[in-house]
Amino acid sequence: MWRYAIPLVFIAVLGGFLYRGLYLNPGYIPSPLVGQPAPEFSLPSLKEPEREVGSDDFAGKLALLNVWATWCIGCRQEHAYLLELSRTSGVPIYGLNWKDDRDAALDWLATLGDPYVATAYDPLGDVAIDWGVYGAPETFLIGRDGTVLHKHIAPLTPEIWQRDFLPKIREECGSLPCPLVEGE
Amino acid sequence: MMKFLTAWLVLLLAAPAAWAIEAELGFDDPAMNERYRTLLREIRCPKCLNTSIADSDAPIAADLRREVHQKMEEGYGDEEIIAFLVSRYGEFVVYRPPLQPSTWALWGGPVALLGIGGFVFMRILKDRSKRPLDEDSIS
Repeated sequence: MWRYAIPLVFIAVLGGFLYRGLYLNPGYIPSPLVGQPAPEFSLPSLKEPEREVGSDDFAGKLALLNVWATWCIGCRQEHAYLLELSRTSGVPIYGLNWKDDRDAALDWLATLGDPYVATAYDPLGDVAIDWGVYGAPETFLIGRDGTVLHKHIAPLTPEIWQRDFLPKIREECGSLPCPLVEGE
Repeated sequence: MMKFLTAWLVLLLAAPAAWAIEAELGFDDPAMNERYRTLLREIRCPKCLNTSIADSDAPIAADLRREVHQKMEEGYGDEEIIAFLVSRYGEFVVYRPPLQPSTWALWGGPVALLGIGGFVFMRILKDRSKRPLDEDSIS
């Protein structure tokens, strides 16, 4: 009896792990920043190089930080939806232009439309490292107290917005538009 | 035609040298440089599956190499640099994950399997030693 039971149990356990593995995305790395204070930064603005854009801009606000670049295909896919969100969601979207060319990025915004309240220009990717960015597009949801509430890697879609972002937003501020923290 | 082929062959032979990632940065001090190279091999590139940032040509790996270089120049120790990267990219970036509840199975698994294997092996040996030797067992 034992002689058969042990290998069978072993195979079942191993099979269970392998089966689970089929549905895991090995490219997905959970961000340790979720639940932590968002890293502070200040970078030249993409549109007005002499002006600084940074974490101070969304301090006290519920905001999205979207990491994008013109070389990133997924960013193009999500662009129309970002435009829609910027018009309808009530959550301000800030851009972090990552390892890109300024002229190309400006051209992109001029042609496709600009969903961002402001975009920070990070050609070397230093701020991106601080934010644990490894593949655009990435979208962070930042709470009013500056905590990272959620991070999404890959293009943003209405389904993902409904499923992952809205519950976190409701938890944070009830309904949209999100009321500002008093005193900020 | 011959010239073309030769050129191709030369290119093919030269290619592996070009593939090898020469870390763009380094240190003049050999000890420091050695530390830098070792550190790069300890850190896994987040974008590429199972390549260290020393071996990857992904842009993010180059950025991380630069980050490590800069942090070393600023006088940070190896552990501080690794802790920084883990705080940003998670445990994924280290090849030697720390012993913690989520990694108990990872660290303990091999030992447990070895134990089970040893136990089964001992039992088989015991069973065998109890059995009388007969002609069949000597083949």
